[in-house]
Amino acid sequence: MQGNTACAEGALAAGCRFFGGYPITPSTEVAEHMAAKLPKTGGVFIQMEDEIAGIAAVIGASWTGMRAMTATSGPGFSLMMENIGFAVMTETPCVLVNIQRGGPSTGQPTMSAQGDMFQCRFGSHGDYSIIALSPSSVQEMYELTIKSFDLADRFRVPVFLMADEIIGHMRERIEIPPSVPRVERKPLARGVLPFHPDEDLVPGFPQFGMGYGVHVTGLTHDERGYPCTTSPSLHEELVKRLVAKIESARHEIADYRVTNPDAEVVFITYGSPARSVEQVIHDNPSDRVGHLRFRVVWPFPEKTLWEFPNARVFLVPEQNLGQMAREIERHTSVPVISLPKLGGALHTPEELKRAMEAWR
Amino acid sequence: MTYADWLREDRLPHIYCAGCGNGTVINCTLNALDRMGWKKEETIFVSGIGCSSRAPGYIVTDSLHTTHGRALAFATGIKMANPALHVVVFTGDGDLAAIGGNHFIHACRRNIDLTVVCMNNQIYGMTGGQGSPTTPRGALSTTTPYGSQEPAFDLCELASAAGANFVSRWTSYHVKELTRAVHTGFETPGFSFIEALVQCPTNYGRRNKFRNVMDQIEYFKTHGILLQKVKRLREEGKPIPDDAIVLGDFVQRNRAAMGVRR
Repeated sequence: MQGNTACAEGALAAGCRFFGGYPITPSTEVAEHMAAKLPKTGGVFIQMEDEIAGIAAVIGASWTGMRAMTATSGPGFSLMMENIGFAVMTETPCVLVNIQRGGPSTGQPTMSAQGDMFQCRFGSHGDYSIIALSPSSVQEMYELTIKSFDLADRFRVPVFLMADEIIGHMRERIEIPPSVPRVERKPLARGVLPFHPDEDLVPGFPQFGMGYGVHVTGLTHDERGYPCTTSPSLHEELVKRLVAKIESARHEIADYRVTNPDAEVVFITYGSPARSVEQVIHDNPSDRVGHLRFRVVWPFPEKTLWEFPNARVFLVPEQNLGQMAREIERHTSVPVISLPKLGGALHTPEELKRAMEAWR
Repeated sequence: MTYADWLREDRLPHIYCAGCGNGTVINCTLNALDRMGWKKEETIFVSGIGCSSRAPGYIVTDSLHTTHGRALAFATGIKMANPALHVVVFTGDGDLAAIGGNHFIHACRRNIDLTVVCMNNQIYGMTGGQGSPTTPRGALSTTTPYGSQEPAFDLCELASAAGANFVSRWTSYHVKELTRAVHTGFETPGFSFIEALVQCPTNYGRRNKFRNVMDQIEYFKTHGILLQKVKRLREEGKPIPDDAIVLGDFVQRNRAAMGVRR
């Protein structure tokens, strides 16, 4: 199965019943598969007039209680930024798939990249936090899409599946489980103010059409949902809660794989560069090469770095100029060496081996 | 109908300036809504950004106050996901015709079952009186200090050409006609577009020779001209005044529609 198809199949298995989007390479297969399959499940597929409208329709659909998603790539992702901020501020669960391609601008539509890792975290204006996952196999395109929906509903936040063109267009055999357990959106208890957070800092969801009579606005709002834009303390409290509900749960959200935890030379990856590292480990079993592979990239789980107590160096191959390497560097005194590669080709195992040699 | 039924009294006073026409349009819309007998829990108001778009925040139903220009795209998602809901959109001339222009024509083309009420004050009111796509040629605003040089959009002709099932224009003076038009919009399956010209004494009127609120309402009354009359004048080869405000139902048809409750 192709990665993009696996993503769509994962969404369907997760109970996603609404897709709103706009065609863009290299993500179109996700939309095409949803267009073919959603009507048969009683769901809705709608091709909107642009990506701004695509994410807007997804947010609207989510308020009716549906699991809803969109899929895009760089230029479309840039267009979605304002409404992503709206989803954050209104605490709207939704899933955005970004099959990353070479940027900036139109860049390389058919080539792989990981250049949007900061954009998904910081691209909309204001302070906020989101959750981003990164699959490095077709199997994970399926699994992590399902996980994205659960996280979105649990934390009421936009969740990003930050794949890259290589994973999106790769074909591999995958295993599909007979059934998929689902984390339900917590409904708002009757008599509770619509934006009053529970202990986990997440308010219950007042689904449209259920008689809650809730006003949802992108303006700074109080717990009733009413606009309140001139109180410094209310704004600060709201923004801090929106950030804290994600960041304080980061070790619970963390999802990663560790290979050779006693290693001194450790690769840190997410997405397709993990494949090259796996090849290096496979080809050199006696070298005890360490590998930390993130399946969840944001919120950044810094404690995962402690899994390698003997690490003398973290080598970070990425298809960008060192975006996550910079984040890793903030959390450790171990030297972090960025191994950037642009243009769409994977790091070769030889390149990675050469990078290792200096640290032996 | 009592206003306590539909308005959030705990949100009053509202933000509208003294003499603003938006309240009249909200009134007409709620009256039409009450006549439809729609339940609060199955009615959703959606809006974008601007003075008009603050209206849903004063109404007791579920409501979504979205980003600038995108109300129709959000509303499309709600209506397609749950066609059992009645979705009403409040918008303004800047929100709908400038930043949201593309969503407007595509919502008309899809003929999606929404009722859109546009409060056209011919200016950006919220940001302090900048020119909009419906600011008349020659009119003064903070960004057209020498008079607007751009021709204005005719929103009703646009909606008609793009495929809406019902299109009508009235003003804040014509409350009965406006209420009836919104009611017809609610009854019509498919996309209904009702444009209501409203006075904006704070940011339009005082810069454009309407020193008092009533001056602009009087202008709506004296310059309004029914569509039927315009057609007759055209047939007779007689001139139509440049400053005429063409009023009436531009389109009422039954084109294939999307998102209609089954």
